Amino acid sequence: MVELVDLHKSFGEHEVLRGINLRIPAGKLTFIMGRSGTGKSVLLKHIIGLLKPDRGRILIDGQDVTGFSDRQWQKLRRRFGFLFQEGALFDSMTVAENVAFPLWEHSRLSKREIEEKVAEKLSVVGLLEARDKYPSELSGGMKKRAALARALALEPEIILFDEPTTGLDPILQVSIMKLIRETQRQYRLTGVVVSHDVPIAMRAADYIAILHEGRVVAEGSPEEIRKSEHPFVREFLKSAFEGCHPEEGRNV
Amino acid sequence: MFGFLQYLGRLGLGFVSQAGGMALLFLTTLAYTVKPPYRVRLFFKQMEFVGVNSLLVVVLTALFSGMVIAFQSYRALSKFGGESLLGGLVALSLVRELGPVLTSLMVTARAGSAMAAELGTMRVTEQIDALEVMAVNPVHYLVVPRFWAAVLMVPLLTVIADLVGIAGGYLVGVMLLKVDAGIFIKKMQEMVEWMDIASGIYKALVFGGLLAIIGCYKGYNASGGAEGVGRATTEAVVIASVSILVGDYIMTSLLF
Repeated sequence: MVELVDLHKSFGEHEVLRGINLRIPAGKLTFIMGRSGTGKSVLLKHIIGLLKPDRGRILIDGQDVTGFSDRQWQKLRRRFGFLFQEGALFDSMTVAENVAFPLWEHSRLSKREIEEKVAEKLSVVGLLEARDKYPSELSGGMKKRAALARALALEPEIILFDEPTTGLDPILQVSIMKLIRETQRQYRLTGVVVSHDVPIAMRAADYIAILHEGRVVAEGSPEEIRKSEHPFVREFLKSAFEGCHPEEGRNV
Repeated sequence: MFGFLQYLGRLGLGFVSQAGGMALLFLTTLAYTVKPPYRVRLFFKQMEFVGVNSLLVVVLTALFSGMVIAFQSYRALSKFGGESLLGGLVALSLVRELGPVLTSLMVTARAGSAMAAELGTMRVTEQIDALEVMAVNPVHYLVVPRFWAAVLMVPLLTVIADLVGIAGGYLVGVMLLKVDAGIFIKKMQEMVEWMDIASGIYKALVFGGLLAIIGCYKGYNASGGAEGVGRATTEAVVIASVSILVGDYIMTSLLF
């Protein structure tokens, strides 16, 4: 379980996180939502130690990791997977080499075992035919799927997704989200998704936390969020359905 | 007036923080060098990129530099009838100065810039973050092989540049300006000592390290999309070139 206690972070004058308190339940899919630029990605990068908080603590399975050294983080990070917004595939490597990379680095598997594992992960995301392509030859959706396969390669316990559906067409958004949901269930992962896509979150999330002005203003199951009285949450949910079918809008 | 002072202060701070950052990167690189795993394949790949692929441009530069020095020195020497010294002069200037300096400048332009551009692109597309997230230290993975490839290959290229440059000087001196071939070689043997060759190699070692650390540092700390990568690349080439020339002066005065 990941727990954030009174997390503060500023960039220069700009105060991005102003006291985040959040418990991310283990084995569940948690969505962190909010408007663009409210520090959702910044929050995610704190969980994996890419950014250090100015104040506050980060607990992972009850252990305080805030003051961890680089070496301690390196060890801890083997339990994590991270899906970057743009995929962050290594463009000097093919898709298969990208997926194999964490295995070469951290597992003691033989070459054949690695190849098998890569094929398995690539078939999960439906990219087996594209295994010898370079990232520059892939479409946005394929890149995300390849990056997902790479994030899953080491079978992490906790996996973090930075806007996994942003910039994809609606059909791909749904298929990527399904893929995330299925793999999360299958491996019983603790998943954290940063997103501003309300309809997808309402369908896929176990737990939702809404960020506004550097704080968590509402958290709970999708049902509880739907019933929230907080003015920002109401506005956020409402605008997501604006322009939709009138009945759907009323349901919110 | 106050604005100007502020500007100066900011300039000074920027300089100190960058120099500090580079020194830190250098020390980190040394520390990670001895840490397993040893990425031999990456090291060879970088040696090919820095060394083998720079060969043509280094050979061309050295050849024409050697030829031009022969012309210029001949003109100067003939004023007091010292044409016989031509071989020694050409060889000395190449081995001590132009070999290492020109080679390093060419490698900076070719490979140092590429290091900044490649690492910069990796930084702005989050590939460096991805390495960290996968528990692979980016300095270990990216900087160590590049640094040692440059430290090893720049001296080797320098040796080749020395030879080609001298051949160019011989071509112009003996074939074109009709200096006696025997005297040309004899004076070269007399005037060039092992210490001269060694000082050139030392310089090349240092310059190779300099250009790799500066290129990697600039790329590693790039920010701001494609424009930022472009800026990082330009700065890497400019800073590395100036550092090589300044370093050359310092080393010459120390190694004289």
